[in-house]
Amino acid sequence: MSNATVVVVTSGKGGVGKTTTTAAIASALAKEGYQVCAIDFDVGLRNLDLIMGAERRVVFDLVNVVRGEASIKQALVRDKKLNNLYLLPASQTRDKDALTEEGVASVISELRMYFDWVICDSPAGIERGATLAMRHADEAIIVSNPEVSSVRDCDRIIGLLDAKTKIAEDGGRMPKHLMITRYDTERAKTGDMLATDDVVDILSVPLIGVVPESKDVLKASNVGLPITLSDENSPAAKAYTEAVRRLLGENIPVTIPEEKRSLLGKFFKGRAA
Amino acid sequence: MNLLSLFGKRGESASVAKNRLQILLAHERADDGSDAVLISSLREDILAVVAKRVAIDPDSVRLEMDRTGDVTTLGIDIELPSARAS
Ligand SMILES: Nc1ncnc2c1ncn2[C@@H]1O[C@H](COP(=O)(O)OP(=O)(O)OP(=O)(O)O)[C@@H](O)[C@H]1O
Ligand SMILES: [Mg+2]
Repeated sequence: MSNATVVVVTSGKGGVGKTTTTAAIASALAKEGYQVCAIDFDVGLRNLDLIMGAERRVVFDLVNVVRGEASIKQALVRDKKLNNLYLLPASQTRDKDALTEEGVASVISELRMYFDWVICDSPAGIERGATLAMRHADEAIIVSNPEVSSVRDCDRIIGLLDAKTKIAEDGGRMPKHLMITRYDTERAKTGDMLATDDVVDILSVPLIGVVPESKDVLKASNVGLPITLSDENSPAAKAYTEAVRRLLGENIPVTIPEEKRSLLGKFFKGRAA
Repeated sequence: MNLLSLFGKRGESASVAKNRLQILLAHERADDGSDAVLISSLREDILAVVAKRVAIDPDSVRLEMDRTGDVTTLGIDIELPSARAS
């Protein structure tokens, strides 16, 4: 019988890449052979199903399960490609109070029995949905863009992780990982973007990965494949795969994405040598 | 249709996206919960039929719906206990 590690993917700010990260990490873990469940906590604005390409197969959702209208096993949607990867979709209801604290607790504790990893995608904001998503987590992945408002919101989220979670209430400390996404290599060079070191310094959370801004992410979402499944060689996919190895405990240095040198650059470099 | 083969080609991922959205939104706009009711009832019926012959755990009957543009398919997955008397 499994005893899953529950990971919350959170950020405070909207649109920074939580859902992209959840899908990428869940599928990379499944590719490693683990039993994985991704849960969408973005009630009312479900999207993880689209990013994972499961939208045509959703019948029941998290709220149905919490209300006892469907069992967890009925509500889980199995991935088309990886049969050890499952999705528990969010509900499209407008009822903000559809999720109850006790309901979520029992869903998570049941999922812990079936899976090795449970990855929770948070809604934007610091309201109920976001706090419920982090409530039972064992670890947190904090997603930030290298940009002032995103970093500030992460700081607020860190405060919540250290106050409003089960671990924190029991006197423990939530292990945290920082995932910097949409890292623009061009701007990093010109100094117009916060450097990864700056973000790490400010938040004091160890870095688990730096994902470059990449067109492949949009293409992957178009076809409904997590980036780690759609194009393994994409720099974004590589960054996520590397982050997963770190999540699994490997001690490898974080690769900071670099701009591919232009042909001209290579030529001059070659000449200079 | 192989998504991966389309994926490599330039610009075609956008048309896949459009198609997926059309199917999804058509369903979401019309959604009255009837799929959920149908699946739940079918599951109970199937469970009753199977239970006549084999003792099974209710959770071992899984129904999967897949909505494509023109047809909806229903997959039924029944896991029989391994210690079944032969
Ligand atoms: N590395 C990347 N390169 C390019 N685009 C990206 C990258 N990561 C995410 N995006 C794009 O950014 C947008 C927001 O991403 P995503 O939906 O994952 O964010 P989110 O944090 O889940 O948003 P929300 O707060 O609304 O739930 C999407 O259009 C996505 O394709
Ligand atoms: Mg999201």
